[in-house]
Amino acid sequence: MIELTRRASFSAAHYYWCEAWSAEENQRVFGKCANRNGHGHNYTLEVTVAGEPDPVTGFVVDLKWLKAVIEQQVLEAWDHRHLNLETEEFRHAVPTTENIAIAAWKRLAPALETAHGASLRRIRIYESPEIFAEYRGEQ
Amino acid sequence: MLSASHRLHAESLDAEANRAVYGKCNNPHGHGHNYVVEVVAAGPVDEQTGMVLNLADLDAAVRSRVLDRFDHANLNCDPVFADRVPTTENFCRVIYEVLRDALPAGLLDRVRVEETENNFFEYAGV
Repeated sequence: MIELTRRASFSAAHYYWCEAWSAEENQRVFGKCANRNGHGHNYTLEVTVAGEPDPVTGFVVDLKWLKAVIEQQVLEAWDHRHLNLETEEFRHAVPTTENIAIAAWKRLAPALETAHGASLRRIRIYESPEIFAEYRGEQ
Repeated sequence: MLSASHRLHAESLDAEANRAVYGKCNNPHGHGHNYVVEVVAAGPVDEQTGMVLNLADLDAAVRSRVLDRFDHANLNCDPVFADRVPTTENFCRVIYEVLRDALPAGLLDRVRVEETENNFFEYAGV
């Protein structure tokens, strides 16, 4: 079993705000991330699929195809966007790195079911070089 | 890190099929990468030395089994790729296999090979 990981970057704005809480509570919990003007990150997305290399081609999955899937399912919706204001999944959910990792999995898993025996294994989202969240699907 | 060239071409496919599967990786004269290879050894920490294994031994094994063989080489010319395409999936597995018995039994955990900054591959022996 070989694990293959493709990296991609996207730049997006967001803020952290829980609508059920008061402004004071949001400030207390989220600090400067609660600034409603938003702030931004260069996110790095790592998509890991696993499978056996094809005995003829030597590929687990065609990287050109995987790159296109990531572009179509994730980057077109999130790159250079405001996650809170422009995406369906973060209309009400807080766009934390954790939730972004789960949302990326949900966007990619259906497309990867056609990956000829390879399976989606892991999503990792770096909010910055020092912070990342990883999701491996529901166990 | 090791710098090597390769060409992705499957003998069992015709020219058109090779082009469709591999795109520009099928270009006839090959191309190259600075592969970044990570070798992970895992095991208990020795109570006296404080080590899982001596890094000097690991370095020596990687140098003699991997770097001396594949660095500044054309992967397609190595006998191990006579019957398989030198994709990085297969290269990752080859590196694992040549290192497995160079380290004390059971210590080699996995090999990770970064082909470019955008893709990397990992093999853990199964």
